Amino acid sequence: MTTTQERPAAEVGNPRRRKEDARLITGRTRWTDNVVLPGMLHLAMVRSPFAHARITGIDTEAARSSSGVVAVLTGADLAEEQGGLPFAWTATPEQKAPAHPSIAVDTVNFAAEIVAVVVARSAAEANDAADLVDVDYEELPAALDLKAAAADEVLAHPDLGTNVSARFNFDSAEAGTGGDVDAAIAAARDGGIVIEREYRQQRLIPAFMEPRSIVADPTGEQLTVWSSTQVPHFVKIFIALVLGIPEHKIRVIAPDVGGGFGGKLQFTPEEVLTVIAARRTGKPCKYSETRSESLQAAHHGRDQWQKLTLAADRDGTVRGLKVELLANMGAYLGLVSAGIPILGAFMYNGIYKFPAYRLTCTNVFTNKTWTDAYRGAGRPEATFAVERLMDELAAEVGVDPLEIRERNWIKHEEFPFTTVSGMHYDSGNYEAATAKAKGLFGYDDLRAEQQRRRESGDPVQLGIGISTYTEMCGLAPSRWLGSMGYVGGGWEHASIRMLPTGKVEVITGTSPHGQGHETAWSQIVADRLGVPFEDVEVLHGDTQVSARGLDTYGSRSLAIGGMAVLAAADKVIEKAKPIAAQLLEANADDLEYTGGRFGVRGTEAGMSLAELAFAVFQGHKLDGGAERSLDADATLEPDDFSFPHGTHLCAAEVDTETGAVTIRSYVSVDDVGNVINPVIVEGQVHGGVAQGIGQALFEEAVHDESGTLVTGSFDAYLVAAAPDLPSFVTARTETPATTNQLGVKGVGEAGTIASTPAVVNAVVDAVRHLGVSDVEMPCTPYRVWKALQEGAKS
Amino acid sequence: MSRITVKVDGGGYTDDVEPRTLLVHYLREQLGKTGTVVGCDTGNCGACTVLLDGRSVKSCSMFAVQADGHEITTIEGLATDGQLHPMQQAFHENHALQCGYCTPGMIMQSIDLLADNPDPTDDEVRLGLEGNLCRCTGYQNIVRAVRAAAAAGGAR
Repeated sequence: MTTTQERPAAEVGNPRRRKEDARLITGRTRWTDNVVLPGMLHLAMVRSPFAHARITGIDTEAARSSSGVVAVLTGADLAEEQGGLPFAWTATPEQKAPAHPSIAVDTVNFAAEIVAVVVARSAAEANDAADLVDVDYEELPAALDLKAAAADEVLAHPDLGTNVSARFNFDSAEAGTGGDVDAAIAAARDGGIVIEREYRQQRLIPAFMEPRSIVADPTGEQLTVWSSTQVPHFVKIFIALVLGIPEHKIRVIAPDVGGGFGGKLQFTPEEVLTVIAARRTGKPCKYSETRSESLQAAHHGRDQWQKLTLAADRDGTVRGLKVELLANMGAYLGLVSAGIPILGAFMYNGIYKFPAYRLTCTNVFTNKTWTDAYRGAGRPEATFAVERLMDELAAEVGVDPLEIRERNWIKHEEFPFTTVSGMHYDSGNYEAATAKAKGLFGYDDLRAEQQRRRESGDPVQLGIGISTYTEMCGLAPSRWLGSMGYVGGGWEHASIRMLPTGKVEVITGTSPHGQGHETAWSQIVADRLGVPFEDVEVLHGDTQVSARGLDTYGSRSLAIGGMAVLAAADKVIEKAKPIAAQLLEANADDLEYTGGRFGVRGTEAGMSLAELAFAVFQGHKLDGGAERSLDADATLEPDDFSFPHGTHLCAAEVDTETGAVTIRSYVSVDDVGNVINPVIVEGQVHGGVAQGIGQALFEEAVHDESGTLVTGSFDAYLVAAAPDLPSFVTARTETPATTNQLGVKGVGEAGTIASTPAVVNAVVDAVRHLGVSDVEMPCTPYRVWKALQEGAKS
Repeated sequence: MSRITVKVDGGGYTDDVEPRTLLVHYLREQLGKTGTVVGCDTGNCGACTVLLDGRSVKSCSMFAVQADGHEITTIEGLATDGQLHPMQQAFHENHALQCGYCTPGMIMQSIDLLADNPDPTDDEVRLGLEGNLCRCTGYQNIVRAVRAAAAAGGAR
């Protein structure tokens, strides 16, 4: 008689509630600002009120003699020690970039740039003394407007001789991936359709909820730095490179991190200065920014002008797309500032079969906070452009915008498909996602209602917005990143430690800050090793524990990091097998591993992984040659990006008397391939869609004419609150990715990439019959009302 | 310095505080109640929300001295005998948090909301949480959690 071992229920695909929650819902959290160390000192930053000015004098006397002050540091004090902040992306070999000191030495180049640091025994004393630092400035002309800056009207950095950092281009004719776009446009001008539009991607602020915070502890042989960062491994390397501290003497810890959205994918002046202060004073030092500082000084996102020309046949078949971009870098190049437009450059063609394509991009300096990654990073801009254009094309041809999309998109039987920009889309099914979305949305009924409201002249008009998006994510492979001028790689690392009691530690090089890796990685390992979910602990974010890793951004963690976790688990089983064979006195070929147990085929003999782990720990019975460990690690990268896609449909009501926009319903059907945890995936979609709606309707970083940010608090920078948003209907189709073993695609950015054009298309669709063909973002009541007034005139 | 006596999460404390010390800084720095966090400096985000005598307040918007003689409950004082408060349980069950930074304030405000309205609609929940910002969840699962907590008797 044989007994069958009960296999534990499959974890992958299981809507597990998150492990992370236990500490987060009870307040047992480990935010950087919670860290308190003996003798710890506190920093306050003195920041420039001017966008561009020469520092003519700094009087620190009063601050130095203020209560509790230990030191006041200025750029002149630190000129030798501070090093320059790095950029990790070089868009062209000729790229120009100004030196980027962590504290201004003689000029300030954006409002909120740091000019002095006060170190004191308490945060309150540091802030009091910061007010006493007296800085004399001679104001300089500031380059603020992007288009004017691109024309070099005023120079942000006169030493560079131009505001242009880099110009790069992609041309499908030159690359051999398509035809000549000028020829396509010329042909379309003769009997076809040419659509020319200009869209603005307003400046946004990532606005993570936890302000940035840093603690640097110089006690002992090793420098320990806690930072509220997405990228502890990057921070470690850059502290070494910028400050000349040997890399092996540095430990960086990203404990619980309260959101990032790309905004904490950075190596910051504040990190450098906190480390310097700690080394100078020999004491642990802490800096925690205020929200106002965060909104002004943490990097911003988007801020581009897009000039677009689409060529098509009379029936709406697309023939070519030309994109001319201006991208505002702000005052400096951050880590990936220069690469943000590049990450969009290959996505302007979207899901469509354009036969010809050219993009030219000019990266421009201005005297504003520097821009860098913000959720989607380049791809929301590209998707917005093509999805808005498809609506304009549909209006020109006079057909439903869904029909024009279907006429041009890649059919499911055409995958794998190499696009006009040379990307290899491995899989997808746009028909399936769209059909599902249409059904959930009630598309035909809403179109009928829209028609009735138009005919009756209802003051509240209904619009339907469509976004059939795709994106490239899971930033890898390394060779592609290298060929595009990025200095880093695209691999990820994981290791698994089999503990003597059978518990499992998974160490990941990814660095979650809300994404739920502790839960999802546990699910992957529980399935692969056949151990209980509860027996797996996922460790991350501390370079002393997770020694190798490239952290979390660009929707990379599961497609790359998850694959490394899976590979490490496979190696554990591989290592355990010969040991199991020896201990069971069986031939390794006769062993099978199921449900966490090696069994000898055809017998009841067997040994669990936990028993093996203990036997290996003891070592008593092991052959001389066997390694006394089942631990394994894996460092690898996928062959290519993953390409999530989907169809988002938005119904928006526009009050034509006030310009107010209300989202009535929102349906998303996303295809992110196989899913490890559907609850987490749904949460990512909700949050992503919400942020994309924020760009469409609410958010904008606004500067006054002198370059001061006037949206420097949550009073003025409008992060959506609960009443501002609808409930979303979310669903999925599952077309597995073929570029990684898990068949997964990224989900972190998809919602944000998809939703912005869906919402703006809905707004425009509601009032197109009233003469409106565009509303600039954010579509505030005033902008919509103004567009309606102008539409009425035309 | 002013002397205050407060009860926080069931414990009694008498402390000297600077008159300008905000309640949230007193809780975090003097009492080590780091479960309550600071998210802004204008009273907009609500991350620092606690209960003062059972009603929600933004602890960044009052001074510690104003809490003298009062009873405060923070996120750390909600669970009793290892049992999560129904609102905590509902946030977990409904995946109503991602990074978790807004969560302490969001949970405290949600409890206050149910005290006023034990069975709110979706729209009433959204309005009741207007003063608490979340950047991760899009609020949908928070709304779901609050309604689930209401159904489970979370208004206690």
